Amino acid sequence: MENVEQRIKKIVAEQLGVKEEEVKNESSFVNDLGADSLDTVELVMALEEEFECEIPDEQAEKINTVQEAIDYVTENAGN
Amino acid sequence: MQNRIALVTGASRGIGRAIAQKLGSHGAIVIGTATTQTGADSIGQYLSNAGIRGAGSVLNVRDADQVNSAFEAIREKFGEVEILVNNAGITRDNLLVRMKDEEWDEIMETNLKSVFRLCRTVLRAMMKARYGRIINISSVVGTIGNIGQANYAAAKAGMFGFGKSLAREVGSRNITVNCVAPGFIDTDMTRALSEEQQQSLIQHVPLGRLGAAEEVASAVAFLASSEAGYITGSTLHVNGGMYMD
Repeated sequence: MENVEQRIKKIVAEQLGVKEEEVKNESSFVNDLGADSLDTVELVMALEEEFECEIPDEQAEKINTVQEAIDYVTENAGN
Repeated sequence: MQNRIALVTGASRGIGRAIAQKLGSHGAIVIGTATTQTGADSIGQYLSNAGIRGAGSVLNVRDADQVNSAFEAIREKFGEVEILVNNAGITRDNLLVRMKDEEWDEIMETNLKSVFRLCRTVLRAMMKARYGRIINISSVVGTIGNIGQANYAAAKAGMFGFGKSLAREVGSRNITVNCVAPGFIDTDMTRALSEEQQQSLIQHVPLGRLGAAEEVASAVAFLASSEAGYITGSTLHVNGGMYMD
């Protein structure tokens, strides 16, 4: 079973069309991985689906890097 | 649009009904909405009479909770909406000096806010599917104005700016957003006008007659088809030349 970090990096790579090895914990979706605003919305949708949770908009706005996504999921989603 | 799932609001009569039938005749699965159960039943009836798969559904576009529950039901029974036709609309005509706040608000809620709400509801699934067709039914009145219809014209013109913005936002996801702007079409809405009003309106129509609801429906069917895949943020005018872009 993959851990949260691996699962998130996989989703980020898939959603943003980048290689998984390019996705670092400190990577910013917009500044480093070339995401536009709609990409980040879709990314959050994909995270919600993967981790079966609902991320409120005001929380979603604070998730700008891979690490922030990992932290959010670790703290808020059961799995 | 074979097997695509289409939602047409305000489909119990007039232009909405013609659109539902036309999309169905092109093979779409059609969900037509009406504000009353009687209306929804009649939609279900004409769809099944025409051998079109789909259903009539009760939906008051002004009721956010009902929008959510109706989409939930559609999702369960048919799947995600791929073609959205925002057709539902009302008039509350009055000269501006006499216009009540309620007359303004009702029009904005029913004719414009509903468009925002329904688009927002269908977008996520369309983005995910990398496919979507949104067609908003505006009006010639939105471009040329009309006495007694400042509220209606404002809402219909609002669809243009709304649609262009949304078209820019979601174009990269292969979702197109367009308007169809009917002119003077033979429906209950225009039959409410006096003979004299009708005649004076026709004078401004180069083709010299009222349009048929089916002629509006054809334009919608085109924009909903794969052939129209490179058209977005546009308005197709169906008005007999009453207004030329």
